[in-house]
Amino acid sequence: MTGGSACDECLARSWLLGRLAAHLDVERGRIIALLDLGEEDLIRAVAGRDAAAVRAERLAFDAGAYRERCADAGLGLICRCDAGYPSALWALPAEPAVLHVAGQLPRLAALTAGEGVAIVGARRASPYALEAARSLARGLGRAGVTVISGMASGIDAAAHEGALDARGASIAVLPAASQRPYPPAARALHGRLIAAGAVVSELGPDVAVRRWMFPARNRLIAALGAMVVVVAARRRSGALLTAELAQTLERPVGAVPGQVTAPLSWGPHALIKRGAFLVTEPADVLEVLFGSDGVPVAAGPGPAPAAELQPLYEALADGHAPAEAFQQAGLDTVRGLAALAALELGGFIHRRPGGHFSIAG
Amino acid sequence: MLARVATFAIDGVQPRQVWVEVDLRAGLPAFTIVGLGDTAVRESRDRIRAAILNSGFKFPDGRITANLAPAFLRKAGPGFDAALALGVLAASAQVPAAALAGYAVFGELSLGGELRDSPGALAVAEGARRAGCARLIVPRSRAREAALVDGLGVVAVPSLRAAADVLSGAKPPPLPDADPRHSGPRQAPDLADVRGQQAPLLALEIAAAGGHNLLFEGAPGTGKTMLARRLPSILPPLSRAEAIEVTRIHSVAGVHADGLINSRPFRAPHHTISPAGLAGGGSPPRPGEATLADHGVLFLDELSEFQRTSLDALRQPLEDGHVTIVRGQRSLRFPTRFMLLAATNPCPCGFAGVDDRCSCGEVELRRHRRRLSGPLLDRMDLLVDVRRPSDEELRRPPLTDSTQAAARVAEARERQRRRLAGTGAACNGEMDVRLVGSRVALQEGAAEELGRAYRSGLLSARGRHRVLRVARTVADLGARDRITREDILLALSLRQRTGAELTVPS
Repeated sequence: MTGGSACDECLARSWLLGRLAAHLDVERGRIIALLDLGEEDLIRAVAGRDAAAVRAERLAFDAGAYRERCADAGLGLICRCDAGYPSALWALPAEPAVLHVAGQLPRLAALTAGEGVAIVGARRASPYALEAARSLARGLGRAGVTVISGMASGIDAAAHEGALDARGASIAVLPAASQRPYPPAARALHGRLIAAGAVVSELGPDVAVRRWMFPARNRLIAALGAMVVVVAARRRSGALLTAELAQTLERPVGAVPGQVTAPLSWGPHALIKRGAFLVTEPADVLEVLFGSDGVPVAAGPGPAPAAELQPLYEALADGHAPAEAFQQAGLDTVRGLAALAALELGGFIHRRPGGHFSIAG
Repeated sequence: MLARVATFAIDGVQPRQVWVEVDLRAGLPAFTIVGLGDTAVRESRDRIRAAILNSGFKFPDGRITANLAPAFLRKAGPGFDAALALGVLAASAQVPAAALAGYAVFGELSLGGELRDSPGALAVAEGARRAGCARLIVPRSRAREAALVDGLGVVAVPSLRAAADVLSGAKPPPLPDADPRHSGPRQAPDLADVRGQQAPLLALEIAAAGGHNLLFEGAPGTGKTMLARRLPSILPPLSRAEAIEVTRIHSVAGVHADGLINSRPFRAPHHTISPAGLAGGGSPPRPGEATLADHGVLFLDELSEFQRTSLDALRQPLEDGHVTIVRGQRSLRFPTRFMLLAATNPCPCGFAGVDDRCSCGEVELRRHRRRLSGPLLDRMDLLVDVRRPSDEELRRPPLTDSTQAAARVAEARERQRRRLAGTGAACNGEMDVRLVGSRVALQEGAAEELGRAYRSGLLSARGRHRVLRVARTVADLGARDRITREDILLALSLRQRTGAELTVPS
């Protein structure tokens, strides 16, 4: 991979944000407003006693060396002056000057030119919510819609995985240093995303992650998606901030409902009460994006289970536990368990912890 | 004057003959006991002196040296008291020394001269018979236990005085109860108490029929423990030899004191148990829960809460059917042929799969699964989910009872015994790779289905063997000579999913 053609001015801007990372963290309450400031205003606003030193370093900034460093880290560069810069980001009041891209630049350009949906949610989520995120992303991936998220553990990771499992495309936006997995445990997912999608970040390869970078990153996720879907989010969570940002950008927001008593469902339900689209299946999202008859690729059903397995399959799809499903399908325990194994072998259902079976696909 | 009394030390769970030699000669009054005794043996001097005096005998003046031979064997516990005391009495001619020939003596003394309850009487009785002793003197409370050994005259006496009287020619008192076998088993819990739970009941029956280890997964309060406690009731009854062995082990461990144990043991140690508590150990080495569960069921509830080291200690017992404990220069062997039954919550909070109540994060789930995986899970053939029975199921009559299930199990075991005769394996669960290859015949469709599962990556090579063993048992329960496609599918459905297999492919 080679360094892109990003211009010196934009690179300097990106460098400056990294240089002021510690100062910005102090002021993270108004981070979005700060990011909208010009260079000199930004230095004056946050650098304090270091202002003179920062100005001197800014004058000495060597764009060539920065490009080389990024190329060494395997990052491609694309700045807001380039033709391939995702136009969706222009909707932001403070668009990122440069995207540091792990993965192929042309692919990022192609993906951002097509339709994308952001799926965001809680890090600690229930198996139900994870499955909801995964299967939603699978459906979107199959329909050729790019799934955008933040690679955090939980819902974010499940969304990326779902899209990639369906051989769809997915883009992760990291707080900083997109050549490294963040969180580090997501190494495998990071590799899959680079191979089949892209991992991007506003900040350069040597910037350490700080707290202000998460809301800053969330604004990119909100802008890159033509729609934002929240799967599980507690009160005052980052996912809700992303959804709010999307609303200010006039992007449609969707939410996947959960159990009304679970704290994790608070976010999605609050959004739905305020008029967000209720999302229960990929078709709901596709309808918002393309209208009721403009779905690009039919997210049609996969191969169906054999006829004798059909009643059990349907009972499970209705959410019944195996024992009840056997009864509904008129099977005794022995034949029911055998049919369950046959469905699992065929890849139609997956076993979840606690002996619950979920429908694949 | 020198007297010799036969007695027995318990080495692990086996008796070892010990000769008590008492030498009495003129000299400064002294009483020494040599022969590698522990503190309890050293303290027995004071008990013996008081017991002899309080029984109306005279404690001899002079120098008494008692030896417990062989001298290299460590001797523990107070069970040598009675033999030592009778040795002293014989050496001082207060009982006829010649009468002691042909007797073995076992028991602890109280200061008042009563023979106290002493664990391990059955092991001692077996040793006495093997050593050719005609009669055995034991405390009365252990009479029925000792009388389980055929061809041995059991003299059950309440006190040292009574023992001395018998040796002097008095008629031995009658045994407390004529037939120890009448001390029948306690009423075991029955499967008829279970409502609903078709799949767990089926798994329990398959496990019992094939000797397969079984794992229950389910939320708290769904009845995992209740089901587990009923497994012994459908296992084949203990044979006489097995029952004697179980009784001996429980007697040595001091957890049983009355007659023959007729029901299979069920041991459910708490998850805080130490490795030594589970596999045996300590000094002197004592049988652990694995040995107490010999010929029965070892139930580990909350499997993921057990310490790693404790579970690792179960590896040898599971693989070899015995555990070897090395202390000093000696090694002891305890039998551990148990069926392993374990239960676990599906996730740390326990509510995964129950509506949407689970509040566990992905990281916690992963940690939980990692704790579960490992060599122990590798030995579990069956996994079944236990869910709360529905309201309707609670109102319906039970699906089966232990008598019916036990009959089906016995029939399936009989088929296995015929098929596996001469192979060293008693049931399908004990078949190794070679036996599975040579004794398990599949119908065409069955082989095809198994191949499909293997190719799809749902099964590991070891998992494939487990499925074959379980499918063989399913076919045995259905009296089929060849495994059908449905048998394989049922076994697949109940297969154990370790580590990665337990999780969803994603």
